[in-house]
Amino acid sequence: MLKNTKQAIIIGGSHAAAQLSISLRQERWEGEILVVSDDSQFPYHRPPLSKDYLSGDTSAEQLFIRPASVYRDKQIEFLLNTRVEKIDRINKSVTLSNGEARQYDKLALCTGARTRQLAIPGVALNGVHYLRDLTDAEAIKQAIQSNGKAVIIGGGYIGLETAALLRKIGIDVCVLEAMGRVLQRVTAEEVSAFYHRVHTEEGVEIKTGVFATEIVGNDCVEGVVCSNGEQIDANLVIIGVGVIPNTELAEGIGLDVDDGVIVNEFAQTSDEHIVASGDCAAHLNLIYGRRIRLESVPNAIEQSKTAAASMCDREKVYNALPWFWSNQYDLRLQIAGLNQGFDRVVFRGDVESSRSFVAWYLKQGSIVAADCVNRPAEFILAKKLISSEKQLPIADLANDSIDAKTLLLALA
Amino acid sequence: MPLIKYVEHNGTEHQIQVSNGQSVMEGAIDNMVDGIAGECGGSCSCATCHCYVHEDWVAKVGGPNEIEEGVLECAADPRANSRLSCQITVTDELDGLVILLPESQY
Ligand SMILES: Cc1cc2nc3c(=O)[nH]c(=O)nc-3n(C[C@H](O)[C@H](O)[C@H](O)COP(=O)(O)OP(=O)(O)OC[C@H]3O[C@@H](n4cnc5c(N)ncnc54)[C@H](O)[C@@H]3O)c2cc1C
Ligand code: FES
Repeated sequence: MLKNTKQAIIIGGSHAAAQLSISLRQERWEGEILVVSDDSQFPYHRPPLSKDYLSGDTSAEQLFIRPASVYRDKQIEFLLNTRVEKIDRINKSVTLSNGEARQYDKLALCTGARTRQLAIPGVALNGVHYLRDLTDAEAIKQAIQSNGKAVIIGGGYIGLETAALLRKIGIDVCVLEAMGRVLQRVTAEEVSAFYHRVHTEEGVEIKTGVFATEIVGNDCVEGVVCSNGEQIDANLVIIGVGVIPNTELAEGIGLDVDDGVIVNEFAQTSDEHIVASGDCAAHLNLIYGRRIRLESVPNAIEQSKTAAASMCDREKVYNALPWFWSNQYDLRLQIAGLNQGFDRVVFRGDVESSRSFVAWYLKQGSIVAADCVNRPAEFILAKKLISSEKQLPIADLANDSIDAKTLLLALA
Repeated sequence: MPLIKYVEHNGTEHQIQVSNGQSVMEGAIDNMVDGIAGECGGSCSCATCHCYVHEDWVAKVGGPNEIEEGVLECAADPRANSRLSCQITVTDELDGLVILLPESQY
């Protein structure tokens, strides 16, 4: 039996919600916990969807963050296939898509993000897919079996990861990127060139500076028309052009929103009874001294721990260093920190012809971020350098003949 | 079901029955053992499931492969008996396994 009748409601059912519900119990929340999720499945890992899952190396079973029995044991109630349609801040209640209303004492917005839709003719044809959830991945998997030619619209991490996967299973792949280079928004020129080179070596065709203007076919997709007039044959099209945070519910009740629900370092929104965490939240980051919205699992997990503490009236500052990963072919990229606003990039290792290097991003002489490709030791070094504000001579960081472990020791 | 003992950095012990075929990381996550985060879901990418295998078990559990070795380097404070718990599959052979958890995963 639950010790009190306080109600916590969590909206969303992915990484943030999964962690928040469990963390609430760890923070000794003794009342009820209800998770309202519009997904048909219990929370699962999304990163493998564009990596091992598509090639069949990971099964759907393995994707679940925790088995359903764990939530049952912890008396966490899940309403799947259900949306929260409305929040009433005055009466502290939510209206569900099945018409029911539920009262809350504390509310958590873990509504995440949705794929940005492409507004060109033909996107509704069979064989055109986005990639965000298990249903999308399942549909792509089905489509792959009998198909041999894919066009990927968008040269970001998800597009490139998917390209790598499709190549691995022997499919012809062409990537269309509207900007001048792949990964333009997130990385340095040399790193973009690196990924361009490796994908080309692996047999992917990459076209930059061209955007898709139309998808053509009768019923099923047959090709993609580009801005330069060219038509590329395809029987599978995957669109990966970014995501938009789901902030409509928050906006509807007048919470502060600006590309994400605005929260402080305790994951609290402008309503003291409501927290937000994960892809939908824009938090005040103490390391970078400004507000940022992150799209990553580590962020969803750590921020949810903070949000759970806040719901239990405890303070647990969220100030973890952002980090990301991406696997393509034999390349294991780990990114430490955010490179926004950098004024100089210094390399360690051969970015032009090898498959292992580090790009150090500097701002006024200090390391703010690093892209580490097949360089795990340097990844730790980078995390330490960024979060400790200690420094090492740039010449040493760039000098690949000094062992990374020696540099780590120098920092200790 | 094999019994696995997880020992937190502060000495707290958890005796947990983990099904054959599950990973040591999954056993911890499913039972809310603090000290293993498992952010990448067991795809050998994040190093947040880092653990130390008790010395009596090192031989039986075996060592990491090359990819895991690389990822392990990213863990805080790796040692000779370090493994990624998502890469250790539970079998009857491992009944009684003792896993020591690091101080933190970051
Ligand atoms: C293909 C792919 C690959 C990725 N790779 C990586 C990676 O390598 N590393 C990494 O760190 N991150 C990666 N990410 C990003 C990572 O998956 C996200 O950062 C993470 O899922 C965010 O979790 P979240 O719970 O905040 O939001 P989401 O995962 O977006 O989940 C929010 C959920 O809430 C639901 N919802 C929204 N509104 C309502 C409502 N009103 N009622 C009910 N439910 C609602 C949504 O439909 C959704 O299911 C990847 C993402 C994708 C799609
Ligand atoms: S869970 Fe990520 S490496 Fe094991």
